[in-house]
Amino acid sequence: MIITSWYLALSAVLFSIGVIGVLTRKNAIVILMSVEIMLNAVNLTLVSFSAQMGDVQGQILVFFSLCVAAAEVAVGLAIIIAIYRNNLTVDITKINLLRW
Amino acid sequence: MITYLFLFFALLALGTAILVVTNKSTVNSALALVFHMLSIAGLYLLLRAQFLAVVQVLVYAGAIVVLFLFVIMLLNLEKEEKLFAEFSFRHAIAFFAGIAVLAQLLYALGSWTGVLPEFADQMIAIGTVEAIGDELFTTYLLPFEVTAILLTAAVVGALMIAQRKLKSQDK
Repeated sequence: MIITSWYLALSAVLFSIGVIGVLTRKNAIVILMSVEIMLNAVNLTLVSFSAQMGDVQGQILVFFSLCVAAAEVAVGLAIIIAIYRNNLTVDITKINLLRW
Repeated sequence: MITYLFLFFALLALGTAILVVTNKSTVNSALALVFHMLSIAGLYLLLRAQFLAVVQVLVYAGAIVVLFLFVIMLLNLEKEEKLFAEFSFRHAIAFFAGIAVLAQLLYALGSWTGVLPEFADQMIAIGTVEAIGDELFTTYLLPFEVTAILLTAAVVGALMIAQRKLKSQDK
């Protein structure tokens, strides 16, 4: 029998991979993908706790988190398109309009 | 059997997550992301959350990754050169921060092992569409409706931002 700790350890590792991806990559689209990996890791934690406690509320929270993730991706990719149209790049080291 | 399935999906999720982060080609990253989402859906199935597994495949592996691929094709990006080739202080700090987050999470997890009870007996019934729909449309009806407003606002906002010219720039 797989215990919940295995799922929690897996999602911790996945979350860390997402963190490293966000911090190291320069491509804005890959950074958004890494954010999706982090969101998925947290969702996995919620579902495993929900299965363990026999409580459906964790899965409902995951459902709402999915909706927010979909909205986030739609707006984020629109912002990337707008930035690309102005700067012809998605390299975040070259986008410095608001940087001091 | 369940142990082997867990190991298979877990290794697939880990491998594809590393591929997403380390791949030079953005398209390959998006394709690895599809397999990552599918393996997460498999893990949901092992936890008997059937409804969420289906939603994961439909929304993440379907809609979101297609949106990513669409934008990648639209922008026509070329491959990045020298992903981690040159050593920079920024990368070193980033890796250190990632390892620190991992250590912190595993420490928190390690101090809680043993406290967690075994899987509940009623876990068979909670992941079905019936159980989730029952709770969603009674207790959580208002948040569900607010989600509809959120998605509408996101679609309108995305259209506004991605528009070719804003009206204020026309004059």
